[in-house]
Amino acid sequence: MNPTTTTGSLEISTPSDREIRMTRVFNAPRKLVFDAYTKPELLTRWMGVMPGWSWAVCEIDLRVGGTFRYLWHGPDGVEMGMRGTYLEITPPHRIVSTEAFDEKWYEGECVETVTLEESGGRTTLTTLLRYDNQAVRDGVLQSPAASGMEAGFSILDALLPTLEG
Amino acid sequence: MHSATLSSSQLDAIFSALADPTRRAILSRLAAGDASVNELAEPFDMSQPAISKHLKVLESAGLVSRGQDAQRRPRRLEAKPLAVANEWLERYRKYWEANYERLDALLEELKAADTPKRRRTRGK
Repeated sequence: MNPTTTTGSLEISTPSDREIRMTRVFNAPRKLVFDAYTKPELLTRWMGVMPGWSWAVCEIDLRVGGTFRYLWHGPDGVEMGMRGTYLEITPPHRIVSTEAFDEKWYEGECVETVTLEESGGRTTLTTLLRYDNQAVRDGVLQSPAASGMEAGFSILDALLPTLEG
Repeated sequence: MHSATLSSSQLDAIFSALADPTRRAILSRLAAGDASVNELAEPFDMSQPAISKHLKVLESAGLVSRGQDAQRRPRRLEAKPLAVANEWLERYRKYWEANYERLDALLEELKAADTPKRRRTRGK
């Protein structure tokens, strides 16, 4: 039996040097979770809206080759933006896209795979981030996964004052 | 908070150092006690220069220091940067937990909005 059948518990793991995986169960059918992930009027209700932060741009062109654009405004005029291109869309099961932040927190590109599995009216949402860094050759100090994690942490750095407030 | 004193390049060095499985194993070994380069090389079936290279990365990230004994030059685990790294990982988790809790609330709302609509359709 799948150990993640209860809702509310977020699991974060690093399956390989260049990957981060997050898994979370939601008490809703996956059609609704898919909508909440892909419709701007719904996505803007939950993602990144920490106290003091608000959405400025949320554009989603949900088709293979289509792009998305997210931009948040934070305290003291701080902005955080990201964009990407959809590589694969299988509603309501799977979305594969590239993503990159406006600030170059890491070299190369990140590919995000979002998978939705439904069982008994509940949905397991898995987000796999794979950092692919062809540009950096010297492997000693430049691990793609580490740079990617640093990117995540940099975002949090920006969010820190609001998280603690 | 002490993490605030770490620059982003220091954090980058820490997470880069931690991304390699051999370096994580070296840290686990050092958590059990100080060890010389020879002692570290043994269980890993690696050459001394290879281990030294990994140690250099760990040292520049501030995760490992050198003991006083000039002969053995034992390496020592520096726990504080590890605690800082862990703290950042916890923040990452908290950020996503907060996102997903808002998503929980939104999904409840969507489910509730879905139900009466269906009833109305059936009632017709």
